[in-house]
Amino acid sequence: MNRQLNYLQALREALIFEMRRDPNIVVLGEDVRISLRGVTRGCYEEFGPERVWDTPISESAFVGLATGGALAGLRPVVEFQIGTLLYIALEQMVNQAQKLRYMTGGQAKVPVTYLVPGSGARPGLAGQHCDHLYPLLLHGGMKVVIPSTPYDAKGLFTAALREDDPVILFAPAALLGAKGPVPDEETYVPLGKAEIKRTGRDVTIVAVGPCVAEALKVAERLEKDDIAIEVLDPRTLLPFDQSALEASVRKTGRLIIFDDSSRTCGFAAEVGARAAETLFAHLKAPVVRITRADVPVPFSIALDKHVLPGTDSLEQAIRQLMGKTASPKLAAS
Amino acid sequence: MRPLLSDHIVCREIYRKMRLIRRFEERVVELVNRNEIAGTTHEYSGQEAVAVGVCTVLEPEDVITSTHRGHGHLIAKGGDVRRMMAELLGRSTGYNRGKGGSMHIADLSLGIFGANGIVGAGVPIAAGAAWSSKIKKVGRVAVAFFGDGGANQGVVHETMNIAGIWQLPLVFVCENNQYAVSTRVTYATAGSSIAARASGYGFPGCIVDGMDVGAVMEAAQDAVSRARSGNGPTLLECQTYRFHGHFTAERALGIRYRTESEVEMWKRRDPVNSWGACLEELGYLNGAERDKLDDEVDKLLDEAVEYARSSPWPEQAEALEHMYVTRYPGLPAATSL
Repeated sequence: MNRQLNYLQALREALIFEMRRDPNIVVLGEDVRISLRGVTRGCYEEFGPERVWDTPISESAFVGLATGGALAGLRPVVEFQIGTLLYIALEQMVNQAQKLRYMTGGQAKVPVTYLVPGSGARPGLAGQHCDHLYPLLLHGGMKVVIPSTPYDAKGLFTAALREDDPVILFAPAALLGAKGPVPDEETYVPLGKAEIKRTGRDVTIVAVGPCVAEALKVAERLEKDDIAIEVLDPRTLLPFDQSALEASVRKTGRLIIFDDSSRTCGFAAEVGARAAETLFAHLKAPVVRITRADVPVPFSIALDKHVLPGTDSLEQAIRQLMGKTASPKLAAS
Repeated sequence: MRPLLSDHIVCREIYRKMRLIRRFEERVVELVNRNEIAGTTHEYSGQEAVAVGVCTVLEPEDVITSTHRGHGHLIAKGGDVRRMMAELLGRSTGYNRGKGGSMHIADLSLGIFGANGIVGAGVPIAAGAAWSSKIKKVGRVAVAFFGDGGANQGVVHETMNIAGIWQLPLVFVCENNQYAVSTRVTYATAGSSIAARASGYGFPGCIVDGMDVGAVMEAAQDAVSRARSGNGPTLLECQTYRFHGHFTAERALGIRYRTESEVEMWKRRDPVNSWGACLEELGYLNGAERDKLDDEVDKLLDEAVEYARSSPWPEQAEALEHMYVTRYPGLPAATSL
């Protein structure tokens, strides 16, 4: 598997492969024909106007359209040009699409994939473009996927497209250009399976999406200080791989959650609560969360590093957990 | 007179369905007052001509989405009153196995893509069904029912715009019953009418007498034919009135925003009685036959109530079922570990 693709190319490959395989897959969203975001590039040329639909700027309506289309037999893929546009469409996504199956007593099947390319913070765009909204979808019970490598992007997007329930895939802005090995052939990564991206005996870091690569960098730096970090990438936040979490923390006895969603009621809070409920006896130290601060992402590059979860905070937290505090000042976060 | 309206059997069936809706709602009020139905319901009484007039011209595979005031649409599209009543009583034999209740009844096999608890929210979903019909070229038409309240929701306007640019096989049926809860349509609606808004989206809109089932059928037939032949959407603003309050307990709570004389004026135009009288006048139905039809309707509803009451409650385990097609370990989370 020597072929290298970037994350965006890997997503595109999964989409085109699945669109060739299943004529019920149709794409809709803003500027998807010219493919402003890049995932749908070439789809319009190959599949034509009946499979690729540019929409007016009407997020609630086109999400609702996808729901109705799905109930009638389509498998729509809805692209959000900007992650925070989810706020506009939440009623249709959560209150309608996600709840319909349960509320109809199992009659409804809503196989829609929501795609959020460029999710999370993007430099220079400020608060209204940068939130990472997966906790809101998790609260609504939606299946949430957030791949951290090009391989996982291809494999998890394929799995999401084949799922018969609504699934949302976050493709973090920080990762879209990242390169990695991606197989030529069909690639499938099942939902609900975490991956240990690095093994280690001392501290488990549950790192989400763009935080995975950052955690790996820190792990490498700390190797020389004889601190062995295990990096657990849940890959899908719902379903969440509880057994992988338990196995890792049983081994290390220390847990840090490194996550780019809000601190209060964010994803890290959920993982921490799970650990408190199921792993209390195995923990040698309190669970630590390194998250976003509870403020909008500021515009200035002088400020955003104090708001987003960063490697310095992570490294300091690890050193403190291991009783090897290198810096006198523990990060405020 | 249009061919459908010259057909005695069709005309009698229209009467039977309208009568069934009216009597269904009267039973529902009784059951809510006896606390056999939890929560509240929104009665359709007074608006029967709209649901029945529209659904009579639809094919079985056509799709509708309904509103919080949905019982009439469901019955008109062929819903089984036994399973509806069982749903209202929260029983496992209900359409939604007791998970939806009055505002969420659906029967996907009949093209009923659901009542809806959020004003206007069903409209884009109906448009999605129309969109899929356009893509798959199956000739299916979708109807989005909404009210004068829903006419002011952003998502309804967004959907009208999309339906206009894509020429979707969709009929927007606005049931203007004059009030969004207590807010008068004349207060809440800018412009000359709701129907007039259609021209802004490039398709026809017209005001229809929603108390006259014949008028609704004629308008609906035109709109549905237009949609089915690929000529795009239509907006029908059906002027109508609800005989009950916005919800069941409104009177008991002493909430008043309409005058008695206004209510009485509309009740004199009762769509069920006037259609019955019209059929008698035309000789399509004599008094004895009408009484017989009425009795059959009541008997059907007796059975429905009995069916619902004698149906089992859902099992405890079902509380966490039907959330996902594909389940995974630990999903959905329960109240504790």
